[in-house]
Amino acid sequence: MSDPSPPSVSLFVTCLADLIRPSVAFASIRLLEQAGCIVDVPVQQTCCGQPGYNSGDYESTVPIAKKTIALFEHAQFVVAPSGSCAGMLTEHYPKLLEGEWQERAIALAEKTYELTSFLADVVKLDKAPAILTQMPTVTYHDSCAGLRELGIKEQPRKLLRELCEVDIKEMQQADVCCGFGGTFCAKMPDISGKMVDDKLRDAVATGAGMITGGDLGCLLNIAGRARREGIDIEVRHVAELLSGDLYSPAIGEGE
Amino acid sequence: MELQSQHFREKAADALADSAAVAQRDKIAQFTPIIRDAAMQEFGSFEALRKHIKRIRQHSLDNLDYYLARFELEATNNGNQVHYADTPDEMNSIVLDICQQHGAHRVAKGKSMVTEETALNDYLQRGGLEVVETDLGEYIIQQAGETPSHIVAPALHKSKQEIRELFLEKHALGERALETTEDLVDEARSVLRETFLKADVGIIGSNALIAENGYSMLVTNEGNGDLCANLPSVLIICTTLDRILPRGEDATAMQRLLARSTTGQAQTSYTSFYSGPRREGELDGPLETHIVLLDNQRTDILASDYKEMLQCIRCGTCLNHCPVFAATGGHSYGWVYSGPMGSILTPLLTSLETSEALPNACTSCGRCGEVCPADIPLPDLLRDLRHEQYQQKMTAPRWRVGLKLHAWLAVRPSLYQFLTAMLTTVLHRLGRKKGSFSQLPFAAGWTSVRDFPAPQSGTFMQQYKARTKADE
Ligand code: SF4
Repeated sequence: MSDPSPPSVSLFVTCLADLIRPSVAFASIRLLEQAGCIVDVPVQQTCCGQPGYNSGDYESTVPIAKKTIALFEHAQFVVAPSGSCAGMLTEHYPKLLEGEWQERAIALAEKTYELTSFLADVVKLDKAPAILTQMPTVTYHDSCAGLRELGIKEQPRKLLRELCEVDIKEMQQADVCCGFGGTFCAKMPDISGKMVDDKLRDAVATGAGMITGGDLGCLLNIAGRARREGIDIEVRHVAELLSGDLYSPAIGEGE
Repeated sequence: MELQSQHFREKAADALADSAAVAQRDKIAQFTPIIRDAAMQEFGSFEALRKHIKRIRQHSLDNLDYYLARFELEATNNGNQVHYADTPDEMNSIVLDICQQHGAHRVAKGKSMVTEETALNDYLQRGGLEVVETDLGEYIIQQAGETPSHIVAPALHKSKQEIRELFLEKHALGERALETTEDLVDEARSVLRETFLKADVGIIGSNALIAENGYSMLVTNEGNGDLCANLPSVLIICTTLDRILPRGEDATAMQRLLARSTTGQAQTSYTSFYSGPRREGELDGPLETHIVLLDNQRTDILASDYKEMLQCIRCGTCLNHCPVFAATGGHSYGWVYSGPMGSILTPLLTSLETSEALPNACTSCGRCGEVCPADIPLPDLLRDLRHEQYQQKMTAPRWRVGLKLHAWLAVRPSLYQFLTAMLTTVLHRLGRKKGSFSQLPFAAGWTSVRDFPAPQSGTFMQQYKARTKADE
């Protein structure tokens, strides 16, 4: 039997990776290519529309959703380095749209994956693009949408352990929200601040030198609060770790 | 209970400033999910049973008229008098009338959130009656002049020390130590015993109204509901008409998830079914029983997009799993219902405008929806309320403008990419050394509690396009 043709993946970069941390998207491309995928990046993409949608502006989200669907529906697979953006495409576009567009949304949902679940469950990546000798001890924060909408829990941990031999120290409440919540963190900063403090306390108590996770929103929130409070713990996206990119400054750190 | 939901933000800030109370809430918030998970693991079939409960609840609500009529018929045949109340005031006045008809002076009351909703106690007291709450938690907050902070555990916010001081002040029982929890419970029990014996009327709530036989089910852990129901000569059951279920086995199916979800118990200590007044030849039980069914917006909700909220079985599990509830405590929500279910019910039962903050006190983390034994899509309903607020222009103008601008740009990729590249270039230059900003003019909400991490150099799209160009 001949080898099946390589999977072709369209990367949904996510706006936060695009604007704030491109290294996450480059790391994602490296990982997908390492897994034998042919990766393309539709350059007309922007944002999945979560800020407006979660704030209740459904009407303005509809054109964003349609645009994203039209841009990605020809792909074999769509992969995003974020549970919440992947969840927006798979869980919320079908709820938001109606009729023919709903059908197209469902068709897109069926081939859309969050990065670590795609790597672990679909293409079964078994070798990291680069092995670092000095891997830090990490603790993994489960981002809410990835965990509860897409069932992502074991996949990133498995990849970290098996591909990179990373030692993971679990938090007591790894699955409790970090207080980001999109616009919530700016609308109710006091409550959000208390939640992210709890997260940081939990993470520091594990003794790990780094917090990692699959969603930049949460990681920016956690890193931002750690910087504000002078808490010495590195924060990085799991794609960076898996791809061996520990060279660029961690989130919120200076050059 | 007086509506205070418009002060959510201030109340939450105060709640966060009280470090002892924060520590106590943290402990409870860590503990309750653990006992729930353990109970569900042992039980094994949470998902299957909650789907079943959802179907039953939906079916009952879809056929509310039929099952209510059936319930009324059966309950009346059992000797009960069934009353309907459209508004809280109507319920209160029906109850006061019954009390007055019997020349009642004292009322012993079991825990009932519906009567908190209608502020029945105040109403009866104004009518000259003495009302004593007999659920320990309710008793404590009644003595303290406070309101419930949790629908299942009304005095959750009280520490043992606070309760001790309260009892020493309120009970004229002389010098005593009251050191242990047992001492406190014993004292409350002996004080309350008198109440039960002296009461002319007992008032309780209901967890389920069973259409096939006209029974009303009540679960408690203290047995106080049974004493309220059986010792006074008149019993009044106050509840809402959405509590209806077709059959006894539906009520017990619901009961199997109720306590497991909340307290981790397989069963509450007491599960009682009240059929009606004492029958001939029986030695005890009330001589007269009334069932007062309140609507207060329920039938409107049934006809709305928020219908699923009526599936709620009032277990309190969504409160126990909500990180915002854990941070702010129940009182911040400013009314009877708090946490995720309260953030939906309060706007629906009162006003979306007054309780504007509540649907926004949500990170969409989804934990509530995951554990709700009635399988209510709580995060979706909360977002739908935000949608309604947005449509009705209750969302703050600066947010509306920002979100609109973002959405407008998001469908114009070239402009979006041009502007974002410019912005991130500036931010990168300014922030690269330090790595983050402690202040940013357009992100004051963000930077009020945390730094804003500086962007890397150049957006992904800029870099990617440059690379693909170089490759060509
Ligand atoms: S919404 Fe669900 S979890 Fe919350 S109290 Fe009601 S039944 Fe329980």
